[in-house]
Amino acid sequence: MHMPLEDTLGLNLLAANQHQAQHNRQHFDAWRLLCLNVMSSPGAGKTSLLERSLAALAPEFAMAVLEGDMTTLLDAERLEAVGVPVVPITTGRACHLDAAMVSGGLKILRQRLDPASLDLLWVENVGNLVCPAEFEIGEHRKVALLSVTEGDDKPLKYPVMFREADCVLITKVDLLPYLPVQVERIEAHIQQVNPRCAVFQVSASSGVGLEAWHDWLRRQRAALASAAAPAVADPAVSAPEPVLVP
Amino acid sequence: MHEVDMTKCLLLSMNQWKQQHAPTIPSVQQVHLQVGTFTCVEPEQLVFTWRVAVQASWLAGAELVIEAVPLVGRCLQCNATYNPSPDSAYRSPCCDHPMEEIVSGRELRIRSVEYTLPESPPASLQPSLAVAPAA
Repeated sequence: MHMPLEDTLGLNLLAANQHQAQHNRQHFDAWRLLCLNVMSSPGAGKTSLLERSLAALAPEFAMAVLEGDMTTLLDAERLEAVGVPVVPITTGRACHLDAAMVSGGLKILRQRLDPASLDLLWVENVGNLVCPAEFEIGEHRKVALLSVTEGDDKPLKYPVMFREADCVLITKVDLLPYLPVQVERIEAHIQQVNPRCAVFQVSASSGVGLEAWHDWLRRQRAALASAAAPAVADPAVSAPEPVLVP
Repeated sequence: MHEVDMTKCLLLSMNQWKQQHAPTIPSVQQVHLQVGTFTCVEPEQLVFTWRVAVQASWLAGAELVIEAVPLVGRCLQCNATYNPSPDSAYRSPCCDHPMEEIVSGRELRIRSVEYTLPESPPASLQPSLAVAPAA
């Protein structure tokens, strides 16, 4: 045997996933669509929010959904009923979507429509406040939901998720009169771990706050649309990271 | 347990690294990772899944060594660095400012690989250079 050798790699541990995520994003940029990664704990209201937002935004945006779930097609069926194309991604035992799963969902979506005709692609991640935070899927924006019934301490207990988010939606605010929780404390804790993210209080049941959230989405979409087009619409060529609009 | 998927990613990177030495198969002693404390990685679970994953592969016996990188923030009010903690809601102790800038703690890095190379590639893997004698 020779002397021991050492190679310095300096690679990201998740380089394989990041490579696929970057490839996905290059497709999204070439198609000029805004991809949103929607994450939360189970039951925080992702699907209910999507039902409301899809219905409200359908007149102005062409949209599709990649619907991640560990088992069942229940959420996908709910969203199909809104009239938007939905591709279910059943992860089996995996507790998050990764970039390869999203790429597989995109292949199925492309059999049904031309993604270049879309303005927004929603990816509803598996309900989990831990794992999805570390696995990029090629999204332009990460949206995290936190329902008021979960308590005000969750941003401090699951800080990576809330740090990674570009936008946090505090959901089910119509229940606030019945709960011993102060929404101001939830907001303060989000701001402690991520002072730069946008925060909105919403209720999918009553519709409160949805317009402000939709305005934020419109701004993100407009920013993407006005950004310089990729020099070459070739997925092998990297595109610049879009600038986050507050 | 997302450490399983993280191990899969690590193995893909290791297999790519191995190709640099082809056809020789390096004997890896240690793989060094730097893992920030402000990540969703549980180091013990990552080591466990690594051991299970490599036991029947070319990496059998290779040890995964994880260096924890502490969470360090920088207060944008006074420019001081500090260790944000959930006990103080990640505030800077100097100015009570929220956690604006993270200096370290988000690392998920394959730092280096320690290995040896055999004197010569295994005979079965050596490219055939024998030239048939001229007739």
